[in-house]
Amino acid sequence: MSKWISSLNQPTALVPAVAILFGLVFGGIVMLLGGFDPIAAYAALVRKVFGSSYDIGETIRTITPILFTGLAVGFAFRAGVFNIGADGQYIIGMTAATFVGIKIHLPAFLHAPLAVLVGMICGGLWGALCGYLKAYRGVHEVISAIMLNWIALFLSNYLLMKFLVEEGQQKTPNIDETASVSIGWLSEAMGGARMDWGIWIGLISVALFYILLWRTKQGYDLRAVGHNPDAAQAAGINVKTTFMKTMMISGMFAGLGGVFSVLGVFHYQVASGASEGYGFDGIAVALLGGNHPVGILFGAILFGLLTYGSAGMNFDANVPTEIVRIVIGSIIFFVASHSIITKLLKPMLSRRSTNKRKGASADGNAG
Amino acid sequence: MYKKRMKPVSVMMIVIMAAILVLSGCGKKANNGGAGASASPSASESASPSAPASPSASEPSSPATGAGKKVGMVTDLGGVHDKSFNQQAWEALQKLKEEDGASVKYLESKKDSDYIPFLSNFVKDGYDLTWGIGFLFQDAATQVAKQNPNAKFALVDTSVDLPNVESVLFKENEGSYLVGIVAGLTTKSNKIGFVGGMKLPVIQKFEAGFKAGVAAVNPDAKVTVNYVGDFNKPDLGKLAAASMYDAGNDIIFVAAGGSGNGVFTEAKQRFKSGKKVWVIGVDKDQSLEFGNDVTLTSMMKKVDEAVYKVSKDVLNGEFQGGKVVELGLAEGGVGLPKDNPNVSEDILKKVDEYSQKIISGEIKVPTTP
Amino acid sequence: MEQSVPVVELAGITKRFPGIVANDDISLDLRKGEIHALLGENGAGKSTLMSILFGLYQPDEGEIRVNGKAVKIDGAGKAIELGIGMVHQHFKLVQPFTVAENIVLGVEPVRGLSIHLKQANEKVRELSARYGLKVDPLVKVQDISVGMQQRVEILKTLYRGAEILIFDEPTAVLTVQEIQELMQILRQLAGEGKSIILITHKLKEIMEVSDRVTIIRRGKVVGTVRTAETSESQLAEMMVGRRVSFDVNKEKREPGPVVLEVENLTVAGGERGTHAVDGVSLRIREGEILGLAGVDGNGQHELVEALAGLRPAIGGRIALNGADVTRLPTKARIEAGLASIPEDRQKHGLVLDFTLSENMVLGSTERRRFFGGGFLKDKEIDAYAKKLVADFDVRSAGVHSRARSLSGGNQQKAIIARELERHPKLIVAVQPTRGLDIGAIEFVHERLLQARSEGKAILLISYELDELYKLSDRIQVISGGRIMGEVDPELGEDDDKIGLMMAGQASNDQGGGAA
Repeated sequence: MSKWISSLNQPTALVPAVAILFGLVFGGIVMLLGGFDPIAAYAALVRKVFGSSYDIGETIRTITPILFTGLAVGFAFRAGVFNIGADGQYIIGMTAATFVGIKIHLPAFLHAPLAVLVGMICGGLWGALCGYLKAYRGVHEVISAIMLNWIALFLSNYLLMKFLVEEGQQKTPNIDETASVSIGWLSEAMGGARMDWGIWIGLISVALFYILLWRTKQGYDLRAVGHNPDAAQAAGINVKTTFMKTMMISGMFAGLGGVFSVLGVFHYQVASGASEGYGFDGIAVALLGGNHPVGILFGAILFGLLTYGSAGMNFDANVPTEIVRIVIGSIIFFVASHSIITKLLKPMLSRRSTNKRKGASADGNAG
Repeated sequence: MYKKRMKPVSVMMIVIMAAILVLSGCGKKANNGGAGASASPSASESASPSAPASPSASEPSSPATGAGKKVGMVTDLGGVHDKSFNQQAWEALQKLKEEDGASVKYLESKKDSDYIPFLSNFVKDGYDLTWGIGFLFQDAATQVAKQNPNAKFALVDTSVDLPNVESVLFKENEGSYLVGIVAGLTTKSNKIGFVGGMKLPVIQKFEAGFKAGVAAVNPDAKVTVNYVGDFNKPDLGKLAAASMYDAGNDIIFVAAGGSGNGVFTEAKQRFKSGKKVWVIGVDKDQSLEFGNDVTLTSMMKKVDEAVYKVSKDVLNGEFQGGKVVELGLAEGGVGLPKDNPNVSEDILKKVDEYSQKIISGEIKVPTTP
Repeated sequence: MEQSVPVVELAGITKRFPGIVANDDISLDLRKGEIHALLGENGAGKSTLMSILFGLYQPDEGEIRVNGKAVKIDGAGKAIELGIGMVHQHFKLVQPFTVAENIVLGVEPVRGLSIHLKQANEKVRELSARYGLKVDPLVKVQDISVGMQQRVEILKTLYRGAEILIFDEPTAVLTVQEIQELMQILRQLAGEGKSIILITHKLKEIMEVSDRVTIIRRGKVVGTVRTAETSESQLAEMMVGRRVSFDVNKEKREPGPVVLEVENLTVAGGERGTHAVDGVSLRIREGEILGLAGVDGNGQHELVEALAGLRPAIGGRIALNGADVTRLPTKARIEAGLASIPEDRQKHGLVLDFTLSENMVLGSTERRRFFGGGFLKDKEIDAYAKKLVADFDVRSAGVHSRARSLSGGNQQKAIIARELERHPKLIVAVQPTRGLDIGAIEFVHERLLQARSEGKAILLISYELDELYKLSDRIQVISGGRIMGEVDPELGEDDDKIGLMMAGQASNDQGGGAA
């Protein structure tokens, strides 16, 4: 398990770029076969995303939650943990923020930060629970996380229905205005798109992710555990607490995703029978980004563009839903299965490097 | 050595990736709304009986009132093939296209956050009317309608008090009352089940009406209630039905969306092994889909008729913005199907009797259990 | 034997991998009934060459002739068809199957639809008797010793009609007695006309059993010599490319106070409910190397893990410098002066995907120096790594290259640099020269002795008796998780005595053991 996880931790830039191209070409072929104009479809996609300030704003809004869950999954991957439970942590973070937003009344400068903080911590604790089960009870994180996702969903529904949802409703009342993290003026500037602080905190989280992992002792321990838990343990690193810490931090990222969804986008929460699946999108995003924070940022942007833009593909270019799904899926597939691309690129790259070597030795001879 | 390991690694990754795509797959119908049936030569709009020969079939060629008018709809998370109100609404729009020549299109929501941009999408494309299907559209429709006071909206199952929004609500409790009467008079074990999707007010209206109907004609019958907690989990519906039938219930009224299909599956299995059990369907005449072997009757909710009527009003320039239409028995918005081969004449007479009493106001059907 | 015809000829074999020429114009001939040793350091190209002969790789240039005819061996199946068999270092046996079932696996004699096991058993028994292998075809592989399993592997090749047998480092997993028996078997096989290629780096075995030796260095043949006309030191020189000193300078030294004291240590984890470590007591003093001899799998791993705090002791006590550390976590033990050179350097010693710099501070106790305020101090870490790399001659593309890119020897040097630079009181070294070439072995031995001179206590666990005799002040023997007795290396090698103890017979003078 940890071996293939660590193999995913290698960042490269060329490979994803080529992969996206492959995916686009492949998707184009599928559309051609289906009798649709791929150029028009991709143009519609781009138009949908960049067509107006409203669309740009809504695309950013689409990117925000998957950026957070992508960071969550990627962070855990770095320690060799597969956090499939970002979904549950997202829900718990959201629910906690909703409670603070509705039940507590404070001035804005306290209320919103408190709601964000509480949501983040609750998401983190939910993740830590999964980490605890892995470290001390030997429950594989994938199993426990899948179960905890359901528990999170239904626990959250129960709490909402019991304490917040009004009679005759499926959703909570709106959070207090003081807890909102929407940015009104920016929304207006973006043609009414739902803009909030989430994306900015997301960008800060990208930086934090990097600093935490590569600049601190904690991150060093965490990466050591991720690459080689045996050696880490032999070197005196407490692998168990590292798992817990990792899942705690991972859960905090996921929790933030949920927090900004409720405080910034909806302002209320719905008791729903199924999760929105942002945690699973996060897995794809983390894979796309090679578990590197900058990569995850780009992965989230790509995923967000495709997700939001795909509506344009079938609305403007009349490409049917099924084909759009294939196109989007194949782009993501090609990016994620980068080993295929690497293999395809390898002869080219190695030829280049041998040329270089030849060149170098020729220089050497000349000198 | 390391290179060799790469192979299982990449295979593993592809498997994971595939799993993710599958996991998000059912939801991916998501944003990828439907291409307008009018323009799609593919078979993806299978519900369309007209199958226009050319992509431009719906353009001015049609002589009807809808020519050049555009009506769009945004589904809720159930998607357009939910065999329930989304599908009924879409069927209504397709009828609008065939009979009145309007262009119609839908977008399927994957996430709650899609409602607003999808509604906006239709508005920006100059649609004459945009439908939001489902009670979750309340806030989204409010916001988009406020931002676009000149656009027209219509909602099903929820209401928004704005001059450019027409809302259609149904008195599910009244229709449920009538199928409750059928159940109360048909049961032999005096044990009747109710399987709901999620314990939401709109579903509880079904439960309340149904219980009241049963109690009116058969005070000894006991109604067991089970909410499976999801609208898209047939397996949960099947489980719930199995335990109810095992406990001696011989009729189950189901109001659980896709989860309800599991109830029918269980009933059919039992029928095949020689046990006679009944299901009362919901929203549409479900005997058409699941057959008369197990379908006792259905509580129809005529979303299609309502969607068609309101859309048609818009085509005719008679949009009633700000109005909340509540469709009950009196308005023909809910009720039993025309044909009920499994229900005896006597019972149907009783149903008519009570129906009149409700219409006349003699009986008030509760909305909460 | 000189006059006999070559059964296998490799002529001008060249095999290139990206960036490296693994085999460069190698020629070699094997005669009938000959034991031909193939000697070379790690990475010299022995394994590649044998993989080509066994059909696992295709040569880029050159020709293989079997019995005078040029052949193309495009897979193991073809190799077997040509009568070539390989006894791998790691056995490929199905544990719950019987010996006979394993041997016939894939070429089962069938009667109707069922396997004709009786016929298989007879055939195996007959082969076993002919070559003096003493294998019972009816027992399950999981119930027989490692040496016996190796014979099953030999029988597998013979059963498939092998005339040419390749042995890949066959003695690495055997006890002293088993090695002796294997040598006997090899001679018998050769006597029956089988031709044998023996891949090894153990000079003693080559001298003992082979007829000729071909030495490979960096993918090229250095030479082929007749064993009778050469010596260990000449072979070593040819293999390494320079003069190698076999003698180590072990100065006489009076040990100081006790550093490690293990009393009656018991660790769970043995087979069938036994204890992996069963009441072991050890004492090591300053400036003393205690060698622990024993066959792999007799509790060494568990003992080491218990010492490092990676595995709990269920009984007994471990004291480091007089302080009881039995219940302390690994980190505290490292801080108390424990350093370890693990057996599996890639698994336990290094984080292969970390840079050399990052690896050099793995488990470092100098938090303030390298991790001030919780942040990594890159400059300090790099400077430290550079110093260690220079001091210990770790060859790499720089301190920012990944540990994975280093050769095995340099990986080991990196670990030794890190562990010794920590200024420990006690060094636990397990197989510190495993898989290393002679040059690196020399280096490791020197460093360990230097550490001894500096007054460190060293526990040296090795499966190579030579190494133990060379370095240890005292040697104790472990078998079945118990200390069987002690030998004094000064008295010279006494293979029989130590061999018996390794096989589980307690020494009669065990009383003096713990002193």
